[in-house]
Amino acid sequence: MGISNIIFILLLIAGSGLFIFNAKKIRRNILLGKEVERKDRKSERWKIMILVALGQKKMFSRPIPAILHLFVYVGFVLINIEVLEMFIDGIFGTHRFLSILNFEFFYFYNFLIGFFEMLAFLVTFGCAVFFIRRNIIHVKRLVMKELNGWPRMDANLILCSEIILMSALFLMNAADQTLQQMHSEHYFAAGSFPVSQFIVPLLSGLQEHSLMMIERFCWWFHIIGIFGFLNYIIISKHFHIVLAFPNVFYSNLNSKGQFSNLQSVTNEVQAMLGAHPNPPEGREFSPSSGELEGASPPNRFGAKDVFDLSWKQLLEAYTCTECGRCTSSCPANQTGKLLSPRKIMMSTRDRVEEVGRNIDKNKKFSDDGKSLFGNYISAEELWACTSCNACVQECPVNIDPLSIIIDIRRFLVMEQSAAPQALNMTFTNIENNGAPWQYSPADRLNWASEN
Amino acid sequence: MSDLKVKTMAEYAASGETPEILFWVGCAGSFDDRAKKITRAIVKILNHVGMKFAVLGTEESCTGDPAKRAGNEFLFQMQAMNNITVLNNYSVKKIVTGCPHCYNTLKNEYPGLGGNYEVIHHTQLVQQLIDAGKLKVKGGSFSGKKITYHDACYLGRANDVYEAPRSVIQNLDANLDDMKRSRENGFCCGAGGAQMFKEPEKGTKDVNIERTEEALTLKPDVIATACPFCMTMMTDGVKHFNKEKDVKVMDIAELAANNL
Repeated sequence: MGISNIIFILLLIAGSGLFIFNAKKIRRNILLGKEVERKDRKSERWKIMILVALGQKKMFSRPIPAILHLFVYVGFVLINIEVLEMFIDGIFGTHRFLSILNFEFFYFYNFLIGFFEMLAFLVTFGCAVFFIRRNIIHVKRLVMKELNGWPRMDANLILCSEIILMSALFLMNAADQTLQQMHSEHYFAAGSFPVSQFIVPLLSGLQEHSLMMIERFCWWFHIIGIFGFLNYIIISKHFHIVLAFPNVFYSNLNSKGQFSNLQSVTNEVQAMLGAHPNPPEGREFSPSSGELEGASPPNRFGAKDVFDLSWKQLLEAYTCTECGRCTSSCPANQTGKLLSPRKIMMSTRDRVEEVGRNIDKNKKFSDDGKSLFGNYISAEELWACTSCNACVQECPVNIDPLSIIIDIRRFLVMEQSAAPQALNMTFTNIENNGAPWQYSPADRLNWASEN
Repeated sequence: MSDLKVKTMAEYAASGETPEILFWVGCAGSFDDRAKKITRAIVKILNHVGMKFAVLGTEESCTGDPAKRAGNEFLFQMQAMNNITVLNNYSVKKIVTGCPHCYNTLKNEYPGLGGNYEVIHHTQLVQQLIDAGKLKVKGGSFSGKKITYHDACYLGRANDVYEAPRSVIQNLDANLDDMKRSRENGFCCGAGGAQMFKEPEKGTKDVNIERTEEALTLKPDVIATACPFCMTMMTDGVKHFNKEKDVKVMDIAELAANNL
């Protein structure tokens, strides 16, 4: 075993070790959320995951980015087979190990390498168009103000990294095939190179030694790049390539019009109405005090901070790749209101990351005097929502920004009595007259005798 | 006096009869002058086909939808439980609503609190009546007219009801022309989520103006709606553009009842 194999194995251990370390942190952060039932109806969940995550069904409501994204997605998934070969070569010191798949009757390896080159070209093309859409054409949803700073840099870093990684692959193949033509010692004939053949003329006149340097450099650059990229995506919005699958699997399968039912409120209301047919487990209704006994006090109503959200909502925050389809379809945002559903998800992630860093530092969360509502999301954003579900419909990976908006509204209304004045009037009317307007319930049937 | 035949659930109970269906009128349909016309159109259709239906009358109360969407879960559940008690006391099985918000709340939010009913929206009932041959809407004054249908969020995206209202329009022999943003991509009128009852937040435009503008680009004769809140928002939008002489805003039920 040569020194380069040892270096590769060390890189492999360090690269995947760091990835696992960070993945565990994300898992811990997501599990700061409250329990919510999303493990039922397994067959429906597999089906929706295959359609929406694997099959990209919802992406195709906007065909152009959908096709470009499909190039990058399929390319990324399948080129990993070539990366697997690089791993084998790296560990065992082989060269183009999978060329054993070249049979006399069918040069399968050559077909594979040729196919991967075509895919790599499509990935490069897709990323280049994406880069142009962001930085030159300025597609509106990709240049909005919530993307200023790190999010925009993040997006461009991802696109550039992918273009550079693919370029290294092409250059490596170009050097390799030149060496093959020279009948250089280790470079036996293997592979077909429909794309990188066009780079070959650029390398003409180079010595065998220089070509080997280029080939080896590109190989190491690509493999180190992949380890680097792996550890970059986990701290980036690009982590959607992994989380999209569990996120869609655990989708809300009910009608979009059905909002969550707060059992803690049901308990209180039933107690107030003096009827409690089914007290929750471990609790008993006491007729004398009119209250539920034998239980811890109810949790906070609604959500003030990320701890009050469910693990699914936190998973969604980590899954969001900030494409902005939600925001571009939001009636409030499109008419100049402050609300942006994408920003709701970004804020949730920012806050849960901050909480995570706090836990890393102090072993357990130490109150920092901040919260999701107030420090990250404002009342003005929340009250602009029409609950129309356009954002939920649009999200290609079934993220539900509306559920977070409603949960924080619940906190504002039930914990802080901080609804807009007009809504407080509406509540009073409903309570007193059984209608949101100030009409007498006795007049409810007047329409029947009018013309 | 109106010539509508309307009986309450209490009257049915007193006479020992059971109606086929309960018509849940809703607050807008009961009190808002414009929406009351929609309510009467629905009853006109029910009377025409001879369906035995009941209303709750003064026993009806807000479903709690605006409270729920605004975050007041307490008030919502109080309303829900009181309504469920009334509905269950009358052993109600099937409900038709005049409002997508009531429809959604009764259909999706009440089962979790012990209220289980078969709930349909009035556009679905009208479609069923047409399909069954009980209601004929062809050949009326809307024949050949251009009608665009504005999807109500709580009918469309919230409950996947896109076809029933469109099917009614097509049965009128009218020219149905969808806006660019329609069905799953429909654009809200701006009234959902309790926005109906408050001033909008600061912005560059009102949502209903944006939506009406989109509808008017099609130069329709009628903007059809299926929700009393959408009706208010779109009517205001049409007035904003001074187009009320050229473009009518009408509910699907009114279109269907027009020829009766």
